[in-house]
Amino acid sequence: MKSPEEIFEILKAEFQDAVVEIDSELPVEPIIIVDPLAINKIAQFLRVNEDLQFDSLMNLSGVDDANGEKITEEDGTVTIKGGTFSVYYHLHSTTIDHKVVLRVITDKNKPEVESVDPVWKASTWHEREAYDMYGIIFLNHPDLRRILLPDDWDGYPLRKDYENPEYYDGMKVPY
Amino acid sequence: MSLRTEEMVLNMGPQHPSTHGVLRLELVLEGEVVHDVKPHIGYLHRCFEKHAEAMTYPQVIPYTDRMDYLASMYNNFGYVEAIEKLMEIEIPERVEYIRVIMGELQRIASHMVALGTYGLDLGAFTPFLYLFRDREKILTLFEETCGARLLYNYMWVGGLSHDIHPDFVRKTKEFVDYFRPTIIELNELLTYNKIFIERTANIGICPAKEAINLGLTGPNLRGSGVKFDLRKNDPYSIYDRFDFEIPVGEGLVGTVGDCWDRYYVRILELEQSLRIIEQAIDQIPDGDVKSAVPRRVKPPKGHVYHRVEAPKGELGYFIISDGTVNPARVKVRAPSFVSLSAIGEIAKGYLIADVVAILGSLDIVLGEIDR
Repeated sequence: MKSPEEIFEILKAEFQDAVVEIDSELPVEPIIIVDPLAINKIAQFLRVNEDLQFDSLMNLSGVDDANGEKITEEDGTVTIKGGTFSVYYHLHSTTIDHKVVLRVITDKNKPEVESVDPVWKASTWHEREAYDMYGIIFLNHPDLRRILLPDDWDGYPLRKDYENPEYYDGMKVPY
Repeated sequence: MSLRTEEMVLNMGPQHPSTHGVLRLELVLEGEVVHDVKPHIGYLHRCFEKHAEAMTYPQVIPYTDRMDYLASMYNNFGYVEAIEKLMEIEIPERVEYIRVIMGELQRIASHMVALGTYGLDLGAFTPFLYLFRDREKILTLFEETCGARLLYNYMWVGGLSHDIHPDFVRKTKEFVDYFRPTIIELNELLTYNKIFIERTANIGICPAKEAINLGLTGPNLRGSGVKFDLRKNDPYSIYDRFDFEIPVGEGLVGTVGDCWDRYYVRILELEQSLRIIEQAIDQIPDGDVKSAVPRRVKPPKGHVYHRVEAPKGELGYFIISDGTVNPARVKVRAPSFVSLSAIGEIAKGYLIADVVAILGSLDIVLGEIDR
């Protein structure tokens, strides 16, 4: 069994700059922040390494960090500029029985994250959901389509700056 | 002379008796052989996660009821435990015991539906009626306790909405005594039925390694022979105090990890749940079930991922708090969502009639898939 700090040291030694930092300030679980474009290699390493053996992806979740710059226009409307999205990976090893949380941070204007689908097949639908709800693009995903919403839906509803559409398919939506 | 063959796409659903809800499967076939299954979901999407961000923490609990509507108690259980972990609330012993008893009763009720409808999918009508008759007794127990038959809103952050009523202990014991023999009856009716075995043994085999990689959990994972149960492997609440076993698939009539194994694990789990209830029911300590309920639920800034062993598998709540009374993010890792995503891999190479057997053996509920 390894603690998140030990896992961080192992990853740092293997991947240097791609592993950014460990955030253990927050309550409950420490998180390791890594580079979104190296996550697939890091995931592969985490799964096959003898001392780590993270064979199970418990959860994958997209998150809007709500950290953009708020701009209030003259007429009172508020728009959010910039900011980031995150993807959290909760991993567990069924053989060694230890856990770790990874996080990648990606720019809201160009949200691109490497897919971990080849490493854990459990991620296929989770990544589609994150794409559906936040518009995060998972590079090299085998089947990146909307999953819960209709294919012709406009916008990404779980973004904090999402506005409820007035029309759907030309029909007025009553609220 | 060679015959030209080509793939055919066949739609199953959205209205179909054996899709257990509104689900469309796109079957890619060559003759009768399944090449691929592409599930199309979202027909029941109700924006749970978006709603949750506009609610206060306790207001989210009724929404969790409506995810896996056959196991509402357990959805409450996972959610309130996640918040309690974030807020570091100490729970009275009495509450812990009642939660475990309710959780296990709910597991039995959920498995009853799973087993009954599975028989129904494959043409056995009688077990379904027997199981629904018995499930009614559990629902009555719940109704007498909290007033609702299906959607309970029973577990609150830090406590429970109602204490158990004075007759609850006696009636639960009566139910345990009544239900135990009906498992034997069910085995005679369905489990060892020749036709049922023909339909399920050696069908939809999922090897252990692949099951873990596909993210299968709960009875589906244990059916593949992996001895993994969060109640034992990552204990939460007071499950470490009880003596029970983790049944796994052994390939009694076919191969390890086939549909029959997944079905049989659920049968064996009924008995284990009864054992937990029997141990817990005599130990319920006195106390006030609302003494630890906070007046205002306002967790500190932070995030938590808490998972519990729901009847259908690993139910995880990922909650981010920004220090206000509304959650910044609630993501649910629904067990059925991941189980259904695996159907393409499991059903590949089997016949079209087996798709019904495989889908039923995964025990999905569309309410929590679409959220």
